[in-house]
Amino acid sequence: MATEETKKTSTNSGAQEGFVYLPLIAGWLVPGGGHFLLRKWGRGALLAASILGMFMLGLLMQGKVYAGAHDILDILGLAGDLGNGLLYVLSRMLGLGDVQVMVTTADWGTRFIVVAGLLNIIAAVDAHNLKTGRKS
Amino acid sequence: MGNAIFQPSHFTAVVLFALFASTVFGITQRETPRDMIRYGIYCFVLFVASAIALSWLMYFIAR
Repeated sequence: MATEETKKTSTNSGAQEGFVYLPLIAGWLVPGGGHFLLRKWGRGALLAASILGMFMLGLLMQGKVYAGAHDILDILGLAGDLGNGLLYVLSRMLGLGDVQVMVTTADWGTRFIVVAGLLNIIAAVDAHNLKTGRKS
Repeated sequence: MGNAIFQPSHFTAVVLFALFASTVFGITQRETPRDMIRYGIYCFVLFVASAIALSWLMYFIAR
């Protein structure tokens, strides 16, 4: 019993070595980055492919990237978009997603971009949980 | 303005959305690879099935 507790404690302290928020920040800035940092290559690659795929398809569908907030829906959209981290910054710098939504596919594209950001936040929190030892 | 490079049908958009979201849900919400795959498939089926069910519901409501 005591040996098990000692083992668990040493595992947790091992998992918490270093800056525990680094995978969270890396995961937010680069999709899958938090998992790559923790050497979870397979999980990181799948997360990156899913989030990047969703973001790219959103742009290809002429989805809008929120630049400012004028009402409550814009604020929610902007919050979701900011979840994309550096992808958001890059798309704003390159002028991608700077469009008026005129067609149905563009509306879906806008949702794809927002949801990609939200999924990226979930992935970043998962990387943080792996780092703290809350998840294996 | 209708010159989007990718113009999927509504169903294709649903399937793509379900695929990407289910992959992230599966990886982040379960611990073992086996459970991740099972949960990912479960979410995917639930996404697509609920979209089809709601579409039929709206079809009949509109009549």
